[in-house]
Amino acid sequence: MPITYYITLSIVLFCIGVVGVLTRRNAIIIFMCVELMLNAVNLLLVAFSRMHNNIALARVPASSAGIDSQLFVFFIMVVAAAEVCVGLSIIVMMYRNTHSVDVNFLNRLKN
Amino acid sequence: MGLGMAKLVYLVPLFPLIGFLINGLGRKFLSKSLIGLIGSGVILASFAVSLGIFFEVKQAGFHPVIITLFDFIKVSAFNIPFAFQVDHLSSLFLLIITGVGFLIHIYSTAYMHEEKTEHYGRYFAYLNLFVFSMLFLVLGANYLIMFIGWEGVGLCSYLLIGYWFKNNNYNYAARKAFVMNRIGDVGFLLAVFWILSKLGTVTYQEVFAKSSAFSTYEVTGITMLLFVGAMGKSAQIPLYTWLPDAMAGPTPVSALIHAATMVTAGIYMIVRSNVLYTMAPATQSVVALIGLATAFLAATIALKQNDIKKVLAYSTVSQLGYMFLGLGVGAYTGAVFHVMTHAFFKALLFLGAGSVIHAMQNQQDIRAMGGLKKYMPVTHITFLLACLAISGIPPFSGFFSKDEILAAAYENNKFFWIVGVITAGMTAFYMFRLYAMTFLGHFRGTHDQEHHLHESPSAMTIPLIILAILSVIGGFVGIPEVFAPDAHALQHFLSPVIAKSDEASETLSHSTEMMLMAVSVGIALIAIIYAWTRFSKKPEIAEPEGAGKFFANKWYIDELYNTIIVKPLLSLATIFKNVVEKSGIDAVVNGVGRGVQYAGRQIRLMQSGQVGNYILLMVLSIVLMIILIFYGNNLNPVFNYFSK
Repeated sequence: MPITYYITLSIVLFCIGVVGVLTRRNAIIIFMCVELMLNAVNLLLVAFSRMHNNIALARVPASSAGIDSQLFVFFIMVVAAAEVCVGLSIIVMMYRNTHSVDVNFLNRLKN
Repeated sequence: MGLGMAKLVYLVPLFPLIGFLINGLGRKFLSKSLIGLIGSGVILASFAVSLGIFFEVKQAGFHPVIITLFDFIKVSAFNIPFAFQVDHLSSLFLLIITGVGFLIHIYSTAYMHEEKTEHYGRYFAYLNLFVFSMLFLVLGANYLIMFIGWEGVGLCSYLLIGYWFKNNNYNYAARKAFVMNRIGDVGFLLAVFWILSKLGTVTYQEVFAKSSAFSTYEVTGITMLLFVGAMGKSAQIPLYTWLPDAMAGPTPVSALIHAATMVTAGIYMIVRSNVLYTMAPATQSVVALIGLATAFLAATIALKQNDIKKVLAYSTVSQLGYMFLGLGVGAYTGAVFHVMTHAFFKALLFLGAGSVIHAMQNQQDIRAMGGLKKYMPVTHITFLLACLAISGIPPFSGFFSKDEILAAAYENNKFFWIVGVITAGMTAFYMFRLYAMTFLGHFRGTHDQEHHLHESPSAMTIPLIILAILSVIGGFVGIPEVFAPDAHALQHFLSPVIAKSDEASETLSHSTEMMLMAVSVGIALIAIIYAWTRFSKKPEIAEPEGAGKFFANKWYIDELYNTIIVKPLLSLATIFKNVVEKSGIDAVVNGVGRGVQYAGRQIRLMQSGQVGNYILLMVLSIVLMIILIFYGNNLNPVFNYFSK
């Protein structure tokens, strides 16, 4: 498959994430949209890595150039899982304080 | 003999400086007698050194000595040393300043005795500072040192006119003197800059040696500018109005600063620069004309003044005009001679007036005096002698010096002589009007004042007596050729510093000169007899009418200056204050402040506290940054335009 398909898909996912973050008030959905953006970028990283490796294989057989990014993505996913853990606990605390997950209640930053 | 005393010349200004420091700093701790002792003692010490210097300079074959203390300003090609010049002219002025100054200090110890100790100390500190500055002025070996002294005496004059600073009118008088002097100083300073830019030096000897480098136009400009300085300091038209107002100061101050010494600084400066003035005939004519006009104008005003000090003040202005007339017609020796004799008799007149004011309990109006002759014999006799001297009656000192100037004027231009003689007649008239109304007739003051009338203490009468002796015999240093050949001691003494001056009396025939003297003395005598008989019997009490009113109101010169200079300046200042300052500069400054405040108020709204808004801004910013990074190259012309 040409690389452009992956790039397009990534952009679409990322934009959905951005619009979700900007428009939704539910903290959990905003959080999901953030994850969506993160994974759109992850997808792009893997796609480019694969493209890079294919080009290298065509020149040198059994080349490992670009292969490390595919490994790197796993690390990102692990870190993201940890981050989800923190994020969800913040949302739980928020619910305990305001009995809601609506971010518009969190306007105390003003003043 | 060598440089014995001349080397010690720095001591002459040093003593008054020490006196100034001690009296100025210790005015709250020292007792009055100690202050008076220090204040007068330092001047006496200066006088002693000056005498030594004078006798050394007097020896035949003395050459001017330059004592360089240190380099004052040294910038590349310019080198202005801090140096004193001891020569015939400066040594003569040293004697006048310290001698008359010492007598006036002695006199002040009694005259100012009713002041509080603190103010007494302040007075003597100022007086010592004045003598210090004045000595600087005459001792300097270049125009810059002279200028330091020039400014110093102006400052002291300001401080002493405003000595009784609780009276606002006195403060205004002090301010007027200061501003008028400043106008003159600008001229002086410009002349010094001009000399400096042309020759690269302001040292007298070098300037005069190189004076042939000046074109006629340059030397005329420089001498005119110097004369503007002299106009301010020596109270000539149009800058003379400060001197009568300066009478607000204590009377000894008027005697020292506004009669004997400071106001003659302009004459000293022109005599010092006589080489340049002789090169500029155009300036000389202007000097003579201004001097003559001032002498005449001030004499007419003095005819109708009723304040004892105002009469003397206008008389001073008038006599200074005489000196400038002498300078203008090239009689430099005559001008210096008149400075000297005038210092004696005018200081005496002022001190006598001070003695009268003291006895009259600060009454200065001669209409409320009269008949003081029998109460104050010493003051009366000395005052009479001074009046005779200023009127030019032989053999008193004023006769010789005034005659020398008038003879030079006659030779230069007969018109000068005629006006000069008329002025001399008026001088005799107003002096004897003053004398008769003060000392003759019957007493017109209050009973309380009459009860208090007394002769002044000896600290005041002894200086009067000494000055009276000097006023009587002072003229014999300059006996004209017509009486005794080769007897003009002053002219011989000053001849080394006065280059190729064409002293008039040498070319006049003796019979003409005798005739001129007879005419001027005759007119003076008639004026004296007329004033004496008229005012001793029937004092002039009524307000003057017609021309007299015009003179009594000083030709309305003050009002004229007020209308054409002060008021337009004030209204201009008001316009600047209200329009330029308030709606111009203030508007810009306040506008910037208000603009920042307004912008702040508007931008504050962005901080809404809504998380969504922040995120939206963040996203928009990121998008903007991406656009700039990827497409920024296309914007380069815009950036370049702003970064230029």
